[in-house]
Amino acid sequence: MSASAADASVPGETGAARIQKLFRTTAFKLSLAYLAIFALCAFLALGYVAWNARAVLDDQIVSTIDAEINGLSEQYNTGGLRRLITVVERRSREPGASLYLVTTAGGDHVVGNVGYVPAAVLATPGQSETRYGRNDSDAEAHRAIVRVFTLPGGFRLLVGRDTEERDRLRAVIGRAFVTALAAVVILGVIGGWLAASRVLRRVDAMTQTTRAIMAGDLDGRLHVAGNGDELDRLASSLNLMLERIGELMRGMREVSDNIAHDLKTPLTRLRNRADEALRRASSPDELRAALEAVIDEGDGLIRVFNALLMIARLEAGGARDILLPLDIAPTVRGVGDLYEAVAEDRGLVLDVRAEDGLIIAGNRELIGQALANLIDNALKYGATSHAGGASVTLEAWRMGDSIRLAVSDHGPGIPEAERGRVLDRFVRLEDARSRPGFGLGLSLVNAVVRLHQGTLRLADNAPGLRVEIAVPAQAAPETGDIPDAPPSAGPVPAPS
Amino acid sequence: MRLLIIEDDREAAAYLVKAFRETGHVADSAHDGLDGYALAQEGGYEVLIVDRMLPKLDGLSLIRSLREQKVATPVLILSALGQVDDRVKGLRAGGDDYLPKPYAFSELLARTEALARRQVGQGTAEETRYRVGDLELDRLSHRVTRAGREIPLQPREFRLLEYLMRHAGQVVTRTMLLEHVWDYHFDPQTNVIDVHVSRLRGKLDKGFPTAIIHTVRGAGYVLRVDEGAAG
Repeated sequence: MSASAADASVPGETGAARIQKLFRTTAFKLSLAYLAIFALCAFLALGYVAWNARAVLDDQIVSTIDAEINGLSEQYNTGGLRRLITVVERRSREPGASLYLVTTAGGDHVVGNVGYVPAAVLATPGQSETRYGRNDSDAEAHRAIVRVFTLPGGFRLLVGRDTEERDRLRAVIGRAFVTALAAVVILGVIGGWLAASRVLRRVDAMTQTTRAIMAGDLDGRLHVAGNGDELDRLASSLNLMLERIGELMRGMREVSDNIAHDLKTPLTRLRNRADEALRRASSPDELRAALEAVIDEGDGLIRVFNALLMIARLEAGGARDILLPLDIAPTVRGVGDLYEAVAEDRGLVLDVRAEDGLIIAGNRELIGQALANLIDNALKYGATSHAGGASVTLEAWRMGDSIRLAVSDHGPGIPEAERGRVLDRFVRLEDARSRPGFGLGLSLVNAVVRLHQGTLRLADNAPGLRVEIAVPAQAAPETGDIPDAPPSAGPVPAPS
Repeated sequence: MRLLIIEDDREAAAYLVKAFRETGHVADSAHDGLDGYALAQEGGYEVLIVDRMLPKLDGLSLIRSLREQKVATPVLILSALGQVDDRVKGLRAGGDDYLPKPYAFSELLARTEALARRQVGQGTAEETRYRVGDLELDRLSHRVTRAGREIPLQPREFRLLEYLMRHAGQVVTRTMLLEHVWDYHFDPQTNVIDVHVSRLRGKLDKGFPTAIIHTVRGAGYVLRVDEGAAG
C-alpha cells in the first residue's frame, strides 16, 4: 500500500480518538462477535473433555476398589477377621497401595494405612468421597473415594483409593482451559484489531480523498486496491458516480459559459445598434429603422431564453403528466404541411411519409415543435438540391414496439465524432456559425424525445444527416378518439 | 376599446396602460387580484388582461370566480410560467387567450383587439359568408372569389384566408395564424408563416391592381381594402 494510504488518518486526530474509532469499526465489532462465539465453543469442548476424563477415572477408581473388596471378602470368608487384619496389614505396606482401614465399633484404629477419616464417613456404610489423612498429623490433606462395610462384631472395614492422580489431571485440564481461552481472546483481539485497522486505513484514505474532492479537487478518485473486495466495489461505484457528477458539472459549466458567451454577442450587437442610432440617425425614419432592428434583436434574445427555459423544464422531467395517447401521424403530416411551402420556396422538396395509426403517449405540441426544429435544421443546413429526389424527407412508421420518426437530408451531415456534441446546448458546428441560430434546436429535440422516454440517434444518410427518433408505442385505446387537433383558444371550424 | 389590466408589477402595468392609450384605447389597471376582481365585476370592459400570479387572489382563481358570476368578458392571461400545460390550465379556468411573458406589445395588442372583436361579433359568429371589398369567401361551399372571379385554394390556404377575413381590418400576428390555422403554439424559427401568407397573397392578388393582404412591420398581417373603407 502506498505511503499516503498507510498514513491516511485524518490530520489532527489524537491517539485516543483513533483507538476509539478503531473500536467502533464494523471489522472490530465483527471480530469481537466471532471471538465470543469461538471462546464459547472452546469452553464447551474442553468442558466436555474434562467431564468425560473425570468419569473415566472415577470408573477406574471404583473398579479398583471393587477388585480389592472382592479379594478381601475372599480372605474374610476363609480366615475370618484375623485373616482379614493380617492381609490388610500386609497390603497397607505395599508401594502404591490402596487405602485400608479397620476400626472397632467405637472408631478406634485397628489396622490400616489411613490415619484419619471423618467419623461420619465411617458411621455410614457405602461409597463416598471424602478427605482423609495418612496419619494423624496431616488430618485432611488428601482426598479419596472410599467404601465402608460393617463387619460382624461392629468392626468397620474401609477400602478406598486416593484421587490425587485424578485431581492432578483435572488441574491440568483446568489450566489448559484457562490458557487456551486466554490465547483465543488475545489472538482474537489482535486479529480484530489488525482487520479493523486495515479497513480503517482504507476508509480513512477514502475519507481523505472525498474531502479533497469536496474541497474542489474534482479530478480526485478513490484508490481501488484491485482485490475486488467490498471496499473495492464501493470505491469503484463511488468513482463512477464522481465521473458522472464531473460530467454533469462540466456540462453545467459549459452551458453557463456558453450562455454567457452566446448571449453576449447579440446583446452587444443590440447595444451597438442603439448606440449607433443615437449618434448617427438624422431622420425619424432612420431612428425608426434602428429601433425596429433593436426590437428584432431583442425578440431573438427572448426566443433564446424561452428555448433555454423550455429545455430546462423538459429535462427536469416534471411535465410527464402532459403525455396523453396521441396519434402522431396527423401531427407529422401537419408539420409537413407547414414546412412544405418553405422548402418549395427554397427550391427544395420536402417529402412526408407517415403510416396511419402511430399511437404514443405524447404531447402533440412538443412533438410538433421537435419535428419543426428538425425540418428547420434540415432545410437550413442540410439541404442541397438532390437531382431527381426529395431534398428532405420526414418519415414516421411503426417498428415493433416503437414508433419511429426520421428526418433526413442530403447536406454535409455531421461528422461521427461531433454527433454526441451537437445535442448539447449552444453547440454549433463551424459550418453553421455563419448562419442565424443559437444551437438550441437539437438540444430541445433531444429533451422532448427524452421526456417521451424515447431515444434519438444521429446517423449518416450518405450523404447527409439522418435524425432518427424511437418512442415507445402505445396500444390504440378502444374508444378511438385520439385528439388530432385539441380545441384551441380560438376555434376555427375546419373545412370538412 | 375599453380594457382592464390586472398586473401586480406596477411598472409593467403603467407601461401597458400608456401603450394601449397611445394606440387609441381606454385602459385601467388594478394591482392585486381582489381589486381587479371588483373592477372587472362592475363591468364595462371589453377585454381583461390578467397576470397569472397576483397577490391576494391569483389570476386563475379570479377568472374562475368571474365566470361563476356569469361575467363573460373575454380574458387574456399573461404568464411568466411557460410550462407546456400552463396554457391548457389557463384556458380551462375560463381564459380566452394566453400569452407567455416576455411578449411583444404588438402581439398583445393584436390579440386583445381580436378578443374585443370576438366579443362584439359574438351574435353573428356563425356567418357563412365573409366579404371584404371585392373579395368573398363562402364557408359552406368553400369558394373564394375576387371581383366575381373564382380563386382555387388549398384547404390550408382556405383556412388561412378564413381567419384573416374573420379578423379583417385587424392586425393578425404570425403566432396567431400558427395557433388558429395549424393549432401549434410554438415559435417557428424560420419564416414559415410568411411563406404561406405570401403564397396566398400571390393567388389573391394575381391579376388585380391592389393588394388585399398587407404586412404590418414588426407585428404581422392585416387584410383590408386599401381605400381605408374597411375597419
